[in-house]
Amino acid sequence: MNKILHILETVKDPEIPVLSLVDLGVITDVVVDGDTVLVKMTPTFVGCPAMDYMKAEVETALQQHGYKPHVTISFEKPWSSDLISEKGKAALKKYGLAPPPDNKLFTDLEILETATCPRCNGTNTELKTPFGPTLCRALYYCHSCKEAFEQFKPV
Amino acid sequence: MSLALKELLYKLADDQLILGHRNSEWTGFGPLLEEDIAFSSMAQDKVGQSLALYTLLQTLGESDPDTVAFTRNANQFHNCILVELPNQEYDFSLIRHFLFDTAEALRFEALSNSSYEPLAQLARKIRGELRYHTLHANTWIKQLGSATEESITRLQNSLVVAMPYALGIFEPSPYEAELISEKIFSGEADLQKKWLEKIEATLNQTHLHLPDWKTIIPVYGGRTGKHSEHLQPLLDEMSEVFRIDPSAEW
Repeated sequence: MNKILHILETVKDPEIPVLSLVDLGVITDVVVDGDTVLVKMTPTFVGCPAMDYMKAEVETALQQHGYKPHVTISFEKPWSSDLISEKGKAALKKYGLAPPPDNKLFTDLEILETATCPRCNGTNTELKTPFGPTLCRALYYCHSCKEAFEQFKPV
Repeated sequence: MSLALKELLYKLADDQLILGHRNSEWTGFGPLLEEDIAFSSMAQDKVGQSLALYTLLQTLGESDPDTVAFTRNANQFHNCILVELPNQEYDFSLIRHFLFDTAEALRFEALSNSSYEPLAQLARKIRGELRYHTLHANTWIKQLGSATEESITRLQNSLVVAMPYALGIFEPSPYEAELISEKIFSGEADLQKKWLEKIEATLNQTHLHLPDWKTIIPVYGGRTGKHSEHLQPLLDEMSEVFRIDPSAEW
C-alpha cells in the first residue's frame, strides 16, 4: 500500500506542479489486490477540466510500475479543501498560492474577505474576486507588499 | 420511481447546461475583467455540473452525455425558460443570475438529503460550489442595487421583466407527489417558498423592490418542452461543432 501511495505521490496536479494528487486529497480510496489496483478519485470542482487528464496520469504511473490500474471517479467522499495535507498546504504557499483556510471556519462567507499573503505574510489583504484563473482559486490584493496573489478557495 | 427521477435529473441538468452556455457568452464581453472571469468560471461550473448529472442519467439507461446534450431539439429540453432568455445587458444577466442561483443553491441543499444516494452525494458537492455563485450575485445586487439612480433603475426594470420567468423555475412536475413521498426531492412549492424569503431578505438591503409576486402570472412550459423562440438558436450554436462529426474522438 505504501508503495502504491509512493507511486501516486509522483503524480502532480497539472496546474500546480508542486502538489501531488495525494496531498491535494483527490485520491479517496486505494485497494490493492495482487497486481490490480483499484483507485477512487474525486474532482476538486465538479467542472474541473483536468479530471480526465489526472485519471490518465494515475493509470500511466501505475502501469509503468507493472500494476493493472482500475481508476473510477466518485462523489462518495466529496473533495473539500480540508483534505489538502499539511505538506500540500506548505507546498502551495511556497509556490506562491495562499493555502485555503480551514473549511470548518467557513460558515460565513466573510472569511473570504481577507487572506494571508503568501509572499509577505501580510493580513491587510482584500478579496478582488472569488473567481480566478482556475475554478479552485480566488484573486486577492495585498496592501502590505502591493502585489496581487491567489488563494486556493475553501470549499 | 424511475420516470420521476429521470424527469427531475433532466430538468436539473438542462438548467445547468443552458445557463452555463448563456454565461459563457459573457466571455470576452464582461463589463470589467473580473466579471468576465466570474461569468466564465460560473459557466465552467454549470456545464461541468450538467455533465455529472447527465452521467447519472446514463447510469439509469439514458444515452451518453454528449448525445443527450448535443442532439436533442428544443422541445426535448426540460430547462425553465428563464435560463434560455438572451443575456441582454449586464443588468438583466445579473438579475437572472441572482434569481436563478438563489433557487439553485436551495435546491441542491434540499437534494443533499435525497433518498436517491448518488444524487445526494453529487448535491453535497455542488452546493458548496454554488455558495460562490450566490456570493457573487448577492455582492453585486447589494452594491448596484443601492448605488446610482441608473444602476437601481436598470436592475429594477430587469427584476420586473425577469420575475414571471423566475416563478417558472418552480413549474410543478407531473411527479411532484411521488418525488416528495419517496423523499427524492422536497418539491417545487416548498422550494419556491424558501426562495422568496431568501431573495426578499437580500432585496430588502437595497433600493430594489420585489414586485408583488402574487399578482404575477408565472411563465410555465419549459419543463414540458414548450420553450421560447430563443432556445433552438442557442442549441444550434452550441452543437454546431459536434454535429459536423458526431463520431469524432475528442
